[in-house]
Amino acid sequence: MYLTRDEEKSLNGENGETMASAYKILLAIGMATGAEKLVPIKWAHISGVNYNTIGDAGVEFLEKFSRGAKVAVKTTLNPMGFDRNKPASLPEIFTDQQMRIVRSYERMGTTPSFTCIPYEIFDIPDRGSAVSFAESNAALYSNSVLGLLTNKESSLSALASSVTGKAPYSDLRIEEFRHPKVTVKPTVKLNTEVDYGLIGYFAGKAVNDTCIAFDDMKEKTGIINMKSLSAAIGTSGICGMFTSEEKTNEVISYGREESNTIKDEINTAEDGDIIVLGSPQLGINEINFLSKLVESKRFLKRCMIFCPRAVYNQAANTGLIDKIQKSGVEFICDSCTCLTPLITRNDFDSVITNSIKGAYYLNHSNRIGVALKDMNSIVKEYTD
Amino acid sequence: MHTVLNCRKIVPGIGISKALVTNNVINFLAMVDTKSATIIDKHHELYGKSIKDIILVFPNAIGSSVGAYAIYSLKINRVAPSAIICINNADIITASGCAISDIPLVDMLEKPSSFILESEMEIRVDADKESVTIKTV
Repeated sequence: MYLTRDEEKSLNGENGETMASAYKILLAIGMATGAEKLVPIKWAHISGVNYNTIGDAGVEFLEKFSRGAKVAVKTTLNPMGFDRNKPASLPEIFTDQQMRIVRSYERMGTTPSFTCIPYEIFDIPDRGSAVSFAESNAALYSNSVLGLLTNKESSLSALASSVTGKAPYSDLRIEEFRHPKVTVKPTVKLNTEVDYGLIGYFAGKAVNDTCIAFDDMKEKTGIINMKSLSAAIGTSGICGMFTSEEKTNEVISYGREESNTIKDEINTAEDGDIIVLGSPQLGINEINFLSKLVESKRFLKRCMIFCPRAVYNQAANTGLIDKIQKSGVEFICDSCTCLTPLITRNDFDSVITNSIKGAYYLNHSNRIGVALKDMNSIVKEYTD
Repeated sequence: MHTVLNCRKIVPGIGISKALVTNNVINFLAMVDTKSATIIDKHHELYGKSIKDIILVFPNAIGSSVGAYAIYSLKINRVAPSAIICINNADIITASGCAISDIPLVDMLEKPSSFILESEMEIRVDADKESVTIKTV
C-alpha cells in the first residue's frame, strides 16, 4: 500500500505513539482489504464505548491513546453502558471504568452522541462521501440506504480513521466493488421487523461477501425494517452492504424452512420476564409508531426502551415521551440493549425483544434466554 | 521433513506453535472468553478449546466491530494466540486487533491439493517472509 512521506513519518513515530498506532492499524486493514492508498473521510463513528464491550484492556488502551491525538474529522460515539442522568445500581467498578472511557473520548474531542444510529441524528454528507463507520448496523445502513462509502470498520480502525482523517481506499469505498455476486430471494412474505431481521441474519451467514442483493425488497420497506435488516446482517457475517436493485447469477432461496432454522437459533425462550426494545436504539419513527400502539394501554410486564438522548429530547418536546410513559415504559438514554450491564442473569432468566441483534448478544454475551416477537405482537400480548 | 506454504503478510512478526484449525468463523466479542482464551459458543467447532499460545487457523472474524478489542484483551491478559492465519482473506476486525497487539497475521494461505493443514501440526508463521512452515514427519 502506498503511503505519502508524511504518512510514512507518522507510522515511524515522528508524530508520537498514538499516531504511529493509528497508521499501524490503517496499514494492516489496508493490506487486508487490498488498498492501494489512504483517502480522506468526512466522518468517523466509533464503537467500543460500553465498558462491557472493551473491558479493562480497552480502558487502559484508550487512556493512553487519547493523550496523543485529537480527532481530525467529525467523530461520533456508540452507546455507553448506562444513562448518564439515571444512576443505576451498578457495581462501582463498572461506573468508574465506564467514566474513564467517556473521559478518554472527551479528551480526543469526539461528539458525546452515545448512539448506534448516528444516521438518524446527524446531517448526512452527500451520497458518495467516504466515511469510516464501526458499529455494523450503521455501516450497513449508511452504505445501503444513504449511499455513503464505508467498509464495515472495527472499533480500532474507525478510531484510527478518526485521528488521521483517513481510511483505506478499498472494498466498499470503491464503486466497482459495491456490487453483489449473490442474491437472497425470499419465498415467504416479510411482514414485520422480526421477519426482516431473520432474513438479514440468514443472508449474513450464508453469503461470505461484503455486498449482498435481496430480491423483491423495495424502498417501501421503510426505515424500521431497514434498521432491523442492517443490524442482523452485521451480526452474522462480514457483509457491509445490501442492495435490492441488482440481479446476480447466483441466487439463494429463503423460505419457511430457512426462516424456521434461524428462528430456532435466535429464539431461545418461550416467554420473558422483561420487554427490551432498542437494538439498534429506537429512532423517532419507532417512537412514533409505538406511541400509537400503546395509546390508552398499560404494559403488564416491565418494559425498557433504549434510545439516543437526542431522540428522547425531540420526542419529549412533541409530547410523545409522555404518551408512551403512561403505558408504564421506562426510557434509557446513552446506552443500548447490546451487552447492557442493566440486564443480567442475576435479575432475569429471559427477555422479550424484537431485535435479532439484541437477541444474539443477550444470549451469547449476557447469557440470557430470549423470546423473539415483533413490536406489534408485544404490545398486543403484554398490555391491557 | 517440512512443508512450506506461501501466504500474504498482514501484520509482521514470527509465531511458532501448534496449529488449531477450524472452518468456522469467529465472533471474537461473543464467542471468546478473553480471560482464559476459551471458545464459549456451544455451536462452535472449537467449543471448550483455548486459543492461547497456538497458531489459530480460521476463515475470518464476523459480527461485532468491538471484536478487535477482544483480540487486544487476549494479548493484555497474556492468553493471545502466537500467530493467526486467515484461510481466505483477513478481515478488518482481525487485522486491526492483531496490528495493535503485535500478533503476527497472514492470510491467503496456499492450498496445495497434496497437503492438508491440521490441528496439532507444529508450524512456524513468518509474516515478513510470507511463509508458513509445517513440520511433517
